[in-house]
Amino acid sequence: MLALDRKMLRDLRAMWSQALAIALVLAAGVATLILAVGAYRSLDETRTAYYERYRFAHVFASATRAPRGLIERIREIPGVAAAEARIQEFALLDIDGFALPANGLVVSLPAHGSAQVNKLFIRSGRLPQNGETAAVAINEDFATAHGFRVGSQFQAILHGRKRRLNVVGIALSPEFIYATGPGDFVPDDRRFGILWMNEAVVEASYNLENAFNSVSLLLRRDASEPDVIKHLDTLLARYGGTASYGRKDQFSHAFLDAELQQLSAMSRILPPIFLVVTVFLINMILTRLIALEREQIGLLKALGYRSTAIAMHYIKLVIVIAVLGVAIGFVLGTWLGDLLTRMYGDFFHFPFLVFQRSADIYVASAAISVAAAVLGAARAAWQTLTLSPAVAMQPPAPARYRQLLRRRSALLRHISQLTVMVLRHIIRSPLRAGVTTLGISLSVAVLVTSLFPVNSVNFMIDATFFQSDRQDATFTFGDERPPRVLQDVARLPGVLSAEPFRTVSVRMRQGQFERRTQIVGRPPGTDLSQVLGQNVTPVFLLGADFSQILDQSLTQISLPESGLALTEKLAQLLQVRQGDLVTVEVLEGHRAVVEVPVTVIFKSFIGLAAYMEMQALSDLLDEGPNVSGVHVAVDKRYEADLYEVIKNTPALSAIGLQKVSLEKFRATMAENIVFMTLVYTSLGMLIAFGVAYNSARIQLSERGRELASLRVLGFTRAEVGRILIVELAIFTIAGIPLGWLIGYGFAWILIQGFESELYRVPFVIERSTFALAALVILAAVTVSMLIVRRRVNNLDLIEVLKTRE
Amino acid sequence: MKAKKKSEPAEVFRAEGVTKIYRTGDVEVHALRGVDMALYAGELAVLLGPSGSGKSTLLNILGGLDTASGGQVLFRGEELTALSESALTLYRRHNVGFVFQFYNLISSLTARENVALVTEIAENPMRPEEALDLVGLTERMDHFPAQLSGGEQQRVAIARAIAKRPEVLLCDEPTGALDSKIGIIVLEALTAVNEELGTTTAIITHNAAIREIAHRVFYFADGRIASTHVNDRRLKPGDVTW
Repeated sequence: MLALDRKMLRDLRAMWSQALAIALVLAAGVATLILAVGAYRSLDETRTAYYERYRFAHVFASATRAPRGLIERIREIPGVAAAEARIQEFALLDIDGFALPANGLVVSLPAHGSAQVNKLFIRSGRLPQNGETAAVAINEDFATAHGFRVGSQFQAILHGRKRRLNVVGIALSPEFIYATGPGDFVPDDRRFGILWMNEAVVEASYNLENAFNSVSLLLRRDASEPDVIKHLDTLLARYGGTASYGRKDQFSHAFLDAELQQLSAMSRILPPIFLVVTVFLINMILTRLIALEREQIGLLKALGYRSTAIAMHYIKLVIVIAVLGVAIGFVLGTWLGDLLTRMYGDFFHFPFLVFQRSADIYVASAAISVAAAVLGAARAAWQTLTLSPAVAMQPPAPARYRQLLRRRSALLRHISQLTVMVLRHIIRSPLRAGVTTLGISLSVAVLVTSLFPVNSVNFMIDATFFQSDRQDATFTFGDERPPRVLQDVARLPGVLSAEPFRTVSVRMRQGQFERRTQIVGRPPGTDLSQVLGQNVTPVFLLGADFSQILDQSLTQISLPESGLALTEKLAQLLQVRQGDLVTVEVLEGHRAVVEVPVTVIFKSFIGLAAYMEMQALSDLLDEGPNVSGVHVAVDKRYEADLYEVIKNTPALSAIGLQKVSLEKFRATMAENIVFMTLVYTSLGMLIAFGVAYNSARIQLSERGRELASLRVLGFTRAEVGRILIVELAIFTIAGIPLGWLIGYGFAWILIQGFESELYRVPFVIERSTFALAALVILAAVTVSMLIVRRRVNNLDLIEVLKTRE
Repeated sequence: MKAKKKSEPAEVFRAEGVTKIYRTGDVEVHALRGVDMALYAGELAVLLGPSGSGKSTLLNILGGLDTASGGQVLFRGEELTALSESALTLYRRHNVGFVFQFYNLISSLTARENVALVTEIAENPMRPEEALDLVGLTERMDHFPAQLSGGEQQRVAIARAIAKRPEVLLCDEPTGALDSKIGIIVLEALTAVNEELGTTTAIITHNAAIREIAHRVFYFADGRIASTHVNDRRLKPGDVTW
């Protein structure tokens, strides 16, 4: 081994703690990229594979009652690869030991052979066989929630008839990755299950012999989805078909897609921020580190080494550090990515996982990291190499300082000389001070960016479920009921107040833009369930709309007496402005097609809903004041009585329990987000510590001689240590607010990526997030200082004074 | 022996059988092999000897920068070897002034501030201006080290060392980095301090010519004091030639 290489290894060993700290900063950047992109790609790939292997349908439609023979004609639609007709109906469930009413979606299985579309993955047991009237296969989430296994039993009211069902199998379906009960906004596996049953049994139970009410289509690759949908709609129109829709309107898919889109946003935005920050920090740290080697470089030159050989020597040194960091990052990132994939895989109940190891991410992160490190080292080495060896070997001439203030002010006399030292040192090299401050700022920024999504999601949940929809429960009827049903519901035990609503499936059109959605009709001035939103008043500053940032508060949107209130998202999709007309094609009843003016556009966090005053909606539909469901507030004391009645009331096809679902949803959501946040925050902390520690160490190296002189002059360890502490404290105190600002910017960029059709995440950063980020940095700086203090205490006074530098 | 004759001058330092062993790996370096000496109040002593003869090691031990491996070092009757690290810091702070070959000034502080650095923590210091006046730097007080010549920087170091009115001034090669003309100015500053303040001064040097300015000269060899010489007639720094 060459002497120079041996020197490199020994240098590395001597500075191992610093080298490790640098490597860890780099590792954090690399790991973020690998884990985020890895997890996203794995989950996306898993979903694709799951959809393909289990033949997840492309187009869905429902009808009231279509003859079984119609399926043959559907299969003949150009572009259709396979079509499956079936029956889907809701059932109320009564489960032993479970007080709350639960719903089931009964789905018929083909009488002969296995399904061609939406195939099931059997986790355990088997599917019900012909002739088994009480046999049912249930989805895994539901089974897990109740501890059901093959052989378990529960009761269900199928079309008014209560019967006991035997669980013969537990299954998964690509169609119900997210299964949400009627009236519920969020999945609650305890209160909603999928019940796959024998076709003949379902036909008989729901009086749908030789008929179907639901169809799913698998398309060929070259098929045109809109054409197929148009065709299908025509075929089903006579049989009470509501408009067919593609995957993007299929609830489970849309929800999963929104979730994956968020992961994808995280992976596209957060890791590059992390990586850019870390490579910047690495570059900065290594530049300063190599600058300290000035005399050694001079000596090597004096001994006759070529500049390139010397530069290579230091480049090798940083490559070793960078490679170490990248290697740790690879291992850490892969491990965390797999962990995250498994966690989400569990959450989505994927039957299998496909782990994607994308070489591009590994190569890119390694290349960026090593390049940044090498550039930093080369730049510093080059500065020294341009000096003549004689000059380089001399200690640098005493640095030039300036008076802090022009005149010797009285102010200066009251400050100790130690403080003057600190202040002059900072002022003398503003670049160095700026870079250190920026380093600390970026660590703060990374922490703010990692922590804030929890605030935003919490705000969204709070706004939607605790301010907007405050009802305890929602009754949904399978079809429209006359208004007197409101009185029936109000008479149920424990019901404090009841508010009706009407929902209508429609297709809205404006020019070439169209969207399938629902119009929700409500009486004016509702209390339980309010339409909350922000009025759209743009606040323009430097060409950007800041209204969203400035005001997150929500107000009740008063529904106009006529015309539509649209969410801003829906208005955007349809390209309509206030006052424009949209074509509303009602997809049920008389199937009216009418032009309706848009009277209100408001910002909302969830959904693509359109709202109307209930009376106006009835007028539009040209029907009486029917209701689709009722929101109720329930007296907690009579909850049990109410549940008991519901469980035995066949007329109520479904009930949604907001508060109950929400608690569960929050818990799940919290689990995912907290884990995610924890991962990013830990990596952010690693960066913070690496920066703080290296800043302190480099400061010590740069000023070791001065500090030793002070010790010789009789200053105590504490007094000398304070110089370093004060200096770093100044950088930290300046860096924190700057970091908040930068973090705010990063967070804003991130939130833009979160937006999907299902929801728009509000941009909310709570003060506690800023405080926490600052506290983490302060802790990292403190720990670094304590470590460096030990080195100050052990300064070799004689050695430092004897050598020139 | 001028200092000693004047009404029994007090003993400032007493070293008895002082040894110092450095261990680096398996190698033991005997830097001091039993040194006995005494320094008296107001005395100016020069320590001469080749590199590695132990003179710097002794000076560092006397100054509280290092501790002896064996033997006793008494400062005004107090055992230095028994002091803790923090007690040694206070000992340096209040009693010892150091001057080194490479000045060791704080580059971010002006001449005046470099001196003030010490006066701020001393018990009975002189004003920084006074100390700088003693070394003839009144005109350059508000200059930064970068704006001063080598000789001027060393005189700031001396002013900084004496501003606290230390009992002892320990100088390790104070003229080592300077040419003879500037070296003489620095030595003049040192003798002036010795005479005007009566500070006990020990100067290490390679330069045998400098011995002429001392009351006593200690010759070091191989970790011991090989011989001691008392100058009957001292030269002024300006009369020394090298």
